[in-house]
Amino acid sequence: MSGLKIILLAKQVPDTRNVGKDAMKADGTVNRAALPAIFNPEDLNALEQALRIKDQVPGSTVTVLTMGPGRAAEVIREGLYRGADDGILLTDRAFAGSDTLATSYAISKAIEKIGSVDVIIAGRQAIDGDTAQVGPQVAEKLHLPQITYTEEILEVTKTKLKIRRRLERGIEIVEGKIPCVITVNASAPECRPRHAKQTMKFKHAKTITELQSANEDYLTLFENKPYLKIQELSVKDVEADVQWLGLSGSPTKVKSIENVILEAKDARQVENTNNGIEEMIKELMENHTIG
Amino acid sequence: MNSVFVICELEEGKVADVSLELLTKGRQLANQLKTKLEAVVIGKNLKDIENQLFPYGTDVVHKADDKRLEHYLTLPYNSIICDLFREEKPEIALLGATSQGRDLGPRVSSELKSGLTADCTSLEIGTHEDKKAGKTYDQLLYQIRPAFGGNIIATIINPDCRPQMATVREGVMKKEVLDTAYKGTVKNIDVAKSVKDEDFAVAIIERHIEPRKINLAGSQVIVAGGYGMGSTQNFNLLFDLAEVLGGEVAASRAAVDAGYAEHARQVGQTGVTVRPKLYIACGISGQIQHRAGMEDSSMIIAINTDENAPINQVADYVINGDVTTIIPRMIKAYKKNSK
Repeated sequence: MSGLKIILLAKQVPDTRNVGKDAMKADGTVNRAALPAIFNPEDLNALEQALRIKDQVPGSTVTVLTMGPGRAAEVIREGLYRGADDGILLTDRAFAGSDTLATSYAISKAIEKIGSVDVIIAGRQAIDGDTAQVGPQVAEKLHLPQITYTEEILEVTKTKLKIRRRLERGIEIVEGKIPCVITVNASAPECRPRHAKQTMKFKHAKTITELQSANEDYLTLFENKPYLKIQELSVKDVEADVQWLGLSGSPTKVKSIENVILEAKDARQVENTNNGIEEMIKELMENHTIG
Repeated sequence: MNSVFVICELEEGKVADVSLELLTKGRQLANQLKTKLEAVVIGKNLKDIENQLFPYGTDVVHKADDKRLEHYLTLPYNSIICDLFREEKPEIALLGATSQGRDLGPRVSSELKSGLTADCTSLEIGTHEDKKAGKTYDQLLYQIRPAFGGNIIATIINPDCRPQMATVREGVMKKEVLDTAYKGTVKNIDVAKSVKDEDFAVAIIERHIEPRKINLAGSQVIVAGGYGMGSTQNFNLLFDLAEVLGGEVAASRAAVDAGYAEHARQVGQTGVTVRPKLYIACGISGQIQHRAGMEDSSMIIAINTDENAPINQVADYVINGDVTTIIPRMIKAYKKNSK
């Protein structure tokens, strides 16, 4: 009998935790090019939980599914180096401008396309948006139960899971049936490092698009080692309705964006008078620090 | 216009503060929209729970009372809310950005295909003009939140989908009783009609929730005091400022050692590390051990009589002077300028 088919939802994100001086342009917009692109931290915690399921239920496979531009294939390779079996890049211009709902729709269509998935596992939230919405929304779109804030999968069989959840002021141990969607917290165990053998094996893994710009040696390499091919899926491939994607599929719109000015510490002297203090309080209210 | 709804959360049988804060905000929004404020409560033994909600200006309380609903479970709660919202068609729906609200909100918004903005720091009513479509909107909910690791503030709107949904963290909005004699009506939800057996696909086996305690790490505003506060009486001024700003009180090690505050409030190397939006250091010299626990705060105000206190090096604003005159001035200035 085969094991569980696990899909890890992973996102490539700009490293918003290390925003340097160059990260914001003079006009107040984000200079994405100045931020390193990383594997979303909680998705790595989720990968570890996925690999633990694989360790416990023989014959299980972990597929890294990511939605994003071509360079997001980096995340898939990182997942492969750490123990995933294969990866899928969901990429299409039609996804541009998608909010969490449109994103969840696209991902759910990809999962339906992959078919007979047992466990979908993702980080609780991505650091570029911090919304924690995509996990539960994917669950809803697929009509599956969701178990959020997972800290540890305590037991797993082919039919059910026992999970410890980390809530604000405590824990909850829950039992759920498979198939289901799980989201994992940062408080879960860290992801195992790259595995030397896996890293060697998948060093040359590429998407079809990447392959087109590679040299001819790769073509023979791919013929001999088909596992190096990272699958790419488009809107058409997953049979998604473009009406529910991108801006048209997103109920929420960004009306405006205001830059939070990051200035070097250059202390302002405030006079201890009613006026001096009121001016400071007004400033803090205007820049949304308080109020 | 249809109503503003708040999905309430319970904590040991009482309505959680975050829900009462949202009701306060919801009442303001409902007034601006000239509509009603309604609350939804789901749980077990909800007799008289409406009495906790009416004083905040709640016009209608929807109750789903069932012994299977004592603790939050995604699917049954979702089924109840979605059925109710399909019926009532709220204009706005607010939830706490708690582990419950952040689990339930996205599920509901996905099923209803409405939009949801997480962790809003401000909610306002405003207009919007969609030039491309040639449409204008009069009274939309501006859902304002920091994004991109706090480096930008975005205003999000849902022009066409309802309800306009948002989650807000505890302590962000102010909780204020409107009228202790305010009376609304109660509507009981037919739980069996919405909730199906398969909604109990996930079962809670164990639960360990600790009682609420001082939550420094989760506070957006921290008012901290050091040895320089001089006395317990002076130290208590910090609580007044923290309450007005919706923050929490912290202390340096020296202040804890002097008995001004309990250890749970200690910030620094041997205490808690905090990164609030605003850290107000009062009478704290700012030794490296203390700075290690707070220097990543987005904005720091140092209040000290010592012009050369090390804390000034990491501060954005420095006020030299007597903290006992400065704090009342800050409270006064804030009250005067807040809406």
